[in-house]
Amino acid sequence: MPEPILQVSGLHKWFGALHVLQGIDFSVAAGERVAIIGGSGSGKSTFLRCLNFMEMPTSGRIALDGTPLGRVSAGKPDTVRYPEGELCRVRERVGMVFQQFNLFPHMTVLENAMEGLVTVKRMKKAEARERALRELDKVGLGGKTDVYSGRLSGGQQQRVAIARALAMEPEILLFDEPTSSLDPELVGEVLRVIRQLAEEGRTMLLVTHELGFAYHFATKVIFLADGVFHEVGTPDEVLKHPRQERTRAFLERFTEFSF
Amino acid sequence: MEYSFDIALVVETFPILMRGFVVTLELWLPSLAIGLAAGFLLALARLSGSRLLRGGSLVYIELFRDTPVLIQLIWFYYAFPIIIGVQLSPFAAALLGLALNTSAYGAEIFRGGIQSIARGQWEGAKALGMRHADVLRRIVLPQVFKLMLPAFTNRAVEVAKMSSLASVLSVHELMYQGRLLSSTYYRPFEILTTVAVVYFVLIYPATFLSMTLERRMAGKG
Repeated sequence: MPEPILQVSGLHKWFGALHVLQGIDFSVAAGERVAIIGGSGSGKSTFLRCLNFMEMPTSGRIALDGTPLGRVSAGKPDTVRYPEGELCRVRERVGMVFQQFNLFPHMTVLENAMEGLVTVKRMKKAEARERALRELDKVGLGGKTDVYSGRLSGGQQQRVAIARALAMEPEILLFDEPTSSLDPELVGEVLRVIRQLAEEGRTMLLVTHELGFAYHFATKVIFLADGVFHEVGTPDEVLKHPRQERTRAFLERFTEFSF
Repeated sequence: MEYSFDIALVVETFPILMRGFVVTLELWLPSLAIGLAAGFLLALARLSGSRLLRGGSLVYIELFRDTPVLIQLIWFYYAFPIIIGVQLSPFAAALLGLALNTSAYGAEIFRGGIQSIARGQWEGAKALGMRHADVLRRIVLPQVFKLMLPAFTNRAVEVAKMSSLASVLSVHELMYQGRLLSSTYYRPFEILTTVAVVYFVLIYPATFLSMTLERRMAGKG
């Protein structure tokens, strides 16, 4: 078993009186592909968003390469402070693709893909451009570089968002329901790009409702319910032979209307 | 009633009005520039995580928005020197009053603009590893500038007209010269009509420029 890149211990998240994540321990090693499934409100997106600090954990620690992130002030072992610089370095290494794409509408496709390189990595324009073009080519949008993102279809926008994240050369990629806001006929083009990344052996975490894709994509599947990992295993174990009654009930709802 | 417009008087007094015009410009542009810059910082304070900054900036903004500008200008000339122990010149008091008043309104424009940007834009940028200040500079402000432009134009027009209040402090700007001339020659009709025309000629290019900019930016994005 290789050393974990990212390690989570005792993760809790409260939104006001709502206890969304109720103590999660988890680690991901290089080359792993984890699919996270669960009902809406189960906390799966919140969990993913804690990993790159889009949400701040209420308690628990997250470690990168074995080093715990954030600082604990003396006398207050439960409050972890996260300096901005540290969060930025983590996010450079842990990229994210959002359900709503979150492209920058005042920039062209190419500028979107270059933005992180220029602003965060302080790369020279020419070099950033070259790398951005390479990633846009990879997602099949090399011909749309000068278009403003608002003129693209949802599937194209999401592929730009993937290229934008890839350009940063992250060690881990987080996908937060990347196809959930797409029209059904556009889902395939995005999933094909993600599958291609899987074939390259990238380390990825995917929150999804596409159980069929999760089955082929993942090396590990996590079923999250009520803020805890209810069942963890290989795709075959969790999706085909679930041991927990709750997992079975969840999976049945997906096959209810299949033909 | 027959009234003959004394065009010769207008020609004769025009150089004096032009001196006032220059002073009005000297009040207007700096107070607008300083006011908007300070307004941006105030907006950041309004949106900051610190309760002290948020509260302080709110009090400041409301004080300046909810009291008459005329009183603010007079206050900076008569009352403020008592507090700081230094007498300001009428021009400095007027400039200070106008700039601070503008900053309060500017802060609200910036705050509204920044808040109008969806959270997803912040998240998309932060997920790349961008710092808060970079997100503001590269992602948020370029998008809101377009939205804020009409409000800024309004403010610029308001400040130009507000600067006429400095005449109360005997700042020799356009309105002051106009009032002085009209009482000297007992010809307010000619003089004040001319003053109004000069104000129009001063302000209209600003609104025209803003409309042109708006139109040009509408094509992008």
